[in-house]
Amino acid sequence: MAEQTTDRIHVELVTPDKLMLREDVLAVSLPGREGYLGILPGHAPLLTELKPGQLSYTDEAVSHYLFVSGGFAEVQPHRVTVLVEASERPEEIDVERAKRAQQRAEERLRKAGAGESEIDALRAQAALQRAMARLEVAERPKQEQA
Amino acid sequence: MPNILDLRRRIRSVRNTRQITRAMKMVAGARLRRAQERILRARPYAGAIHHVLESVAARVDPTEQSAIPLLAVRDVRRVLLVLVTADRGLCGAFNSNLVRAAHSYLEQHSDVEVSMLAVGRKGYDHFRKRPVPMVGEYVNIFSKLEFSSAKAIADQIIELYSDAKVDAVDFIYNEFKSIMTQRVAVERYLPIPPVKAAEGQYLVDYIYEQPPAEIFASLLPRYVESQVFRALLESQAAELAAKTTAMDAATRNASEMIDSLTLYMNRVRQAAITKEIIEIVSGAAAQEE
Repeated sequence: MAEQTTDRIHVELVTPDKLMLREDVLAVSLPGREGYLGILPGHAPLLTELKPGQLSYTDEAVSHYLFVSGGFAEVQPHRVTVLVEASERPEEIDVERAKRAQQRAEERLRKAGAGESEIDALRAQAALQRAMARLEVAERPKQEQA
Repeated sequence: MPNILDLRRRIRSVRNTRQITRAMKMVAGARLRRAQERILRARPYAGAIHHVLESVAARVDPTEQSAIPLLAVRDVRRVLLVLVTADRGLCGAFNSNLVRAAHSYLEQHSDVEVSMLAVGRKGYDHFRKRPVPMVGEYVNIFSKLEFSSAKAIADQIIELYSDAKVDAVDFIYNEFKSIMTQRVAVERYLPIPPVKAAEGQYLVDYIYEQPPAEIFASLLPRYVESQVFRALLESQAAELAAKTTAMDAATRNASEMIDSLTLYMNRVRQAAITKEIIEIVSGAAAQEE
């Protein structure tokens, strides 16, 4: 077993492209499919799907925010493994692109409402969720400075 | 006897060729290093998915598992062959090895219906004029290889398999072993081989936010995606390795050619000089008489 540092939890955030994050932190919050989950050290083992949203972790009283697309998270008392298809730090997010994606998705949703196939509507919905989550994360640093 | 001017021209053109092959070798070498790093970086994700899959498998009973489309084993009557080649040539026997492997695969599977999905321009160009039905092609994805390409390919094969349009999906691609050795791999990607449940101390009693079977079912496509991505990354690294060695050999051949041409040119020049001297000397001798 890993060493029992009880006040910290080891987080690993992996995407197919790289290991985004590997750190011992005080707390993590994950965008679970049924809502946000706060994970503290010593959490009971848990397995959940993630929806697009923001992952945040607290490290010495400073909070960090990351965008994550959908995926999975495996929680063990002293280890959290997050598997997502894409993840970005606030400064890496292309805001313009996310805005365009949001507009596109909204457009498609309107069309889908006018009687297009259900799969397209679901895809557009997912795209919209991702775009909005990206924008939300990108806005973060500005809020903190204010 | 060829004249010196022609020889000089030839030497110059070979030297130009050598410069190009040398540059190509360097570029391929640099990109190879990056491709290798990407393979290493993709490993944690694939490993983690596999680990989670194993621990969930323990919680989903086998009858429920076999109801999941991607695990369902059917009688194989129609197969989809995914052939991963390179987009470009000038990489030695890389593409021809793959094409040959694909042909022998088609021979071996002549009793079933085989359709093909071509990844990479070379394989597509070779097979599009042949009688094998082509269900899709992904060309020019390697110059800027992204996970989304792997996802698109995975989505398509998953759909074909789930809709029972094919009963198995096989991949032919080049595995990257080292710079000197690549191996053509033929692997079955779908149905996914049964996932062994984790045992002993690894068996963790999870709280499931969603029913285990549901998580399991949505993990499987992710697993296929990461497998496809791995195949693409390996193929790219292998292609670049093949290109590095091929261009290295070409550079060496060009150097050899320059050496022998230079030698020949000097000999011709020497012969011309000697001839001239003889003419002068014999001319002078004739006058003395």
